[in-house]
Amino acid sequence: MAKRSDDEGYRTFSRRTVLVGGMQLIGLGVLGGRLAYLQVVEGNRYKVLSDKNRINVRLISPPRGLIVDRFGVPLAVNVENFQVHIIREQTQDMQASLLALQKLIPLDNQTIGSVIEQSRRVPKFVPVKVKEELTWEEVAKIEVNLPDLPGLLIDKGETRNYPYGIETSHLTGYVGAVSEEVLKAEGGKEPVLSLPGFKIGKNGVERQYDREMRGKAGAVEIEVNVVGREVRELKRKEATPGDRITLTIDAELQRFAHELLTHERSASAVVMDAHTGAVYVMASHPGYDPNLFSRGIPYNIWKSLLEDSALPLSYKALVGQYPPGSTFKMITGLAGLESGVTNPQRTVYCPGFYMMGKQKFHCWRPQGHGHVNLTAAIQKSCDTYFYTIANEMGIDKIAEVARRFGLGSKLGFNLEDERPGIIPDKNWKYARFGERWHNGETVVNAIGQGYVLATPLQLAVMTARLVNGGYAVKPWITEKIGELDQTPQEAPKMTEVKDEYLRQILKGMESVVNTQGGTAYGSRIAEPGMEMGGKTGTAQVQRITKEQRALGIKNENLPWEQRHHALFVGYAPIESPRYVCSVVVEHGIGGSRTAAPIAKELLLKAQLRDPSSMTVRLDEEPVTHSMEGIVFPDRKPGHGTETGEGPG
Amino acid sequence: MIRDSLFLQPEQNLFQRFMNINWGLVILLCGVMAVGAACLYSAAGGSFSPWADKQLMRFGVGMVAMVVVALIDVKWWYKLSWPLYFIGFVLLILVEIMGHIGMGAQRWINLGFIQIQPSELMKIAVVMALARHFHGAGPEQVRRLTFLIIPAFLILAPVGLVMLQPDLGTSLMILMAGAAMVFVAGAPLWIFISGIAAGLAAIPIGWQFLHDYQKQRVYVFLNPDLDPLGAGYHITQSKIALGSGGVYGKGFMQGTQSKLNFLPEKQTDFIFTLWAEEWGLFGGIALLTLFALIFIVCLRIALRCRHNYGRYLAAGLTVNFSLHVLINIAMAMGLIPVVGVPLPMVSHGGTAMLSTLIGFGLIMSCHVYRHSKVTR
Repeated sequence: MAKRSDDEGYRTFSRRTVLVGGMQLIGLGVLGGRLAYLQVVEGNRYKVLSDKNRINVRLISPPRGLIVDRFGVPLAVNVENFQVHIIREQTQDMQASLLALQKLIPLDNQTIGSVIEQSRRVPKFVPVKVKEELTWEEVAKIEVNLPDLPGLLIDKGETRNYPYGIETSHLTGYVGAVSEEVLKAEGGKEPVLSLPGFKIGKNGVERQYDREMRGKAGAVEIEVNVVGREVRELKRKEATPGDRITLTIDAELQRFAHELLTHERSASAVVMDAHTGAVYVMASHPGYDPNLFSRGIPYNIWKSLLEDSALPLSYKALVGQYPPGSTFKMITGLAGLESGVTNPQRTVYCPGFYMMGKQKFHCWRPQGHGHVNLTAAIQKSCDTYFYTIANEMGIDKIAEVARRFGLGSKLGFNLEDERPGIIPDKNWKYARFGERWHNGETVVNAIGQGYVLATPLQLAVMTARLVNGGYAVKPWITEKIGELDQTPQEAPKMTEVKDEYLRQILKGMESVVNTQGGTAYGSRIAEPGMEMGGKTGTAQVQRITKEQRALGIKNENLPWEQRHHALFVGYAPIESPRYVCSVVVEHGIGGSRTAAPIAKELLLKAQLRDPSSMTVRLDEEPVTHSMEGIVFPDRKPGHGTETGEGPG
Repeated sequence: MIRDSLFLQPEQNLFQRFMNINWGLVILLCGVMAVGAACLYSAAGGSFSPWADKQLMRFGVGMVAMVVVALIDVKWWYKLSWPLYFIGFVLLILVEIMGHIGMGAQRWINLGFIQIQPSELMKIAVVMALARHFHGAGPEQVRRLTFLIIPAFLILAPVGLVMLQPDLGTSLMILMAGAAMVFVAGAPLWIFISGIAAGLAAIPIGWQFLHDYQKQRVYVFLNPDLDPLGAGYHITQSKIALGSGGVYGKGFMQGTQSKLNFLPEKQTDFIFTLWAEEWGLFGGIALLTLFALIFIVCLRIALRCRHNYGRYLAAGLTVNFSLHVLINIAMAMGLIPVVGVPLPMVSHGGTAMLSTLIGFGLIMSCHVYRHSKVTR
């Protein structure tokens, strides 16, 4: 009985124990299956998640490409910007460290407070910026005292610097923080834009070639632990530095031009190669210091720049549209020759005015010029002569020639800001105003007044095409992007232009400067072989009223804003013209008085420096230019900074 | 009902008994221990301190204790069943009264030289007491409901106390191990069926008694994405670690999830994750196989034991051990909510190691003295 029941009990026990054991093994089997599912089926997904967990990708900001002039002289560089940071975990008392720092460098209490506040909000091992733009002296002071400044460390950043400052302000432009719109539009494709402190070009060459100069961001993959502390670097892809932009500009000549312009309230000048169209100088005054912008311009300075009536932010050489005044007379003269209404022998009698029906058009010289032929008319800038031939040939012929010489439309300049100016004709007027053209308007526009507008750059191009034998050169300023040559193709000769007619025009321009009685005789260049030719222009900004004429009020006695613009276009040397220049002095009263002297200095200097020929000068000796305070970044491979080839 | 003897068994001397110890099981345990030591060494970033060295020391001490326990005649353990249960019970009440706060729950008693966790002791004591209770009972008795009143009390009293600590995981394990013993002892099946049904019915009521953090764990278990950086973090990171280990693993000491601290509690509750992250599916399956072999060896000891006490004791302790293993790993894989159950022999922890090895000592005692006369 006992045995039987015991056997029965043991059988039950065995059965149930095996059952329990089976369940345990099934349990383990389920776990094994689950493990296989996680590691095999879902393995890749989890691998990605695991990497996401541990890998932080940090972008390396690429060094911005430099801007250099035709000789490699830097116009925009990157300079080291020393900053002092504090790391919370490395100091027991942040405030004490910062107060110790305050004894060494200027640092206000407010900054100390906000730095402490900021570093409490980030993980304790993350450096927080205390101050940037440290001077050498400050850096040295901090370095020496570092043992007494626990938690502080010096770090390097880069700031854009413009060695020529205000002298190349509009040309280089400046860099600034990435705007919200740009970030929204391009941020997805270019993650580097969202880097704190990343700057993009805001103006001038900096803006035009921003993409080229930006370079490509590098990246470091960093393994981080759960609180984000860096454990080790896994992978590093160095940043690709931005392309260097080589300009056709001659920085020293630009500086010289700027110097000349600063004597006026508002003026601009362009020096160009008559044969290639390469721009050597494109200066505009007043300007601004682009270095202020790259550091973050103080509000009051920004405001005063905006409010200045001389418009310092505007690149007048490129975007200023002025009535060309008498500098337009070459076009009218050429049109007269081409249309046959005049010839070199024809003379016109100038009594000081021109009558068209009952309308009277005054010559600038009330007493008149007497009998003048084309050469004399250009030399003395006789309005009556041009009124006469203009009325005979009509506006459309003049406009056609003007367009051929680069006026009235954009010229495909490298900087997209260029303006088209205006060359009016009958159709233009109808399209613009819905009105018929009046003959009275023809004579006014024939002397570069009325509707006609041109930029200093266009006036230089016009002059170049006149003096280079009728080749349709276009202006350009970008010589190289990186190593890529940007020199445009040689300009074609304009077949419609007859050399004989051009010779007649140049004869006039030569006598303007070099023959007594010419409007710019006072500005002639005495150096043999360097003589210049040219044409003055004086453009009214408002009609001369009858009273003013009657009272004989002199233009210089009017308020600045009402005075005439002064213009001059010139070329040199007259024997085989190489350089052309245009100068516009806003409200400068008269071309011969203010613009011509500037052009003279500029063309003389251009010939002396001769930037068109000295293309390899940089290898011989360093170009002298003021570079105080500029530290060139080390040429570390990988770190990717580049320096100008010349100095450094 | 007095039985003269269970089975005939020749007297053994100490050496024979020592040789009689199930050395295959010892080797398997050493294997698991090696895995544990490797994990702890890796978890400390390639260092024996602070975990692996202590763990190995405890293992040494535990092995000695295990052998000593194994060599003591099982009839003494039979006799000690009630006193041990009584001591464990008193300690459980004591811990309620003067328990010492740790991990938000009162679980330890500090005896000055050692901290003991009465619930660990109780896991074994309950099994011993139940084995003793069922030892002399015939199948008819066990089928009688009144006979099950005492086992019910033996199980539910400590379950209730441990739940009060609160330690839901341990209390459920005592409950399940106890239930398994009642089951193998031959209690009628309908009790378990209705018990499970009643348990399911009681879930909504029991839910209200859960602490907030326990409820949170269940919520998060049901939907880990609910709070991936908060409460769901453990499960999510553990699954990432496991999955990213792949078939071959990231390599010894190369587990990024654990090295970089994304994996929480890597040296205790989530140590299986660390192992499988570094050693992959092969390592994981190898460890599961080790455990499977241990289960089989232990249940074989139970089946081959010639007396009821040994059978029940070995079966109960095996179930207890296997519950730890299954629950811990299932939790690490996100199959069940996070409960604080260590992986025996692998997780860092002193009391657990000692109680586990003492449990194996008892199982071995059932093996060494499988022919022993155990009388009522």
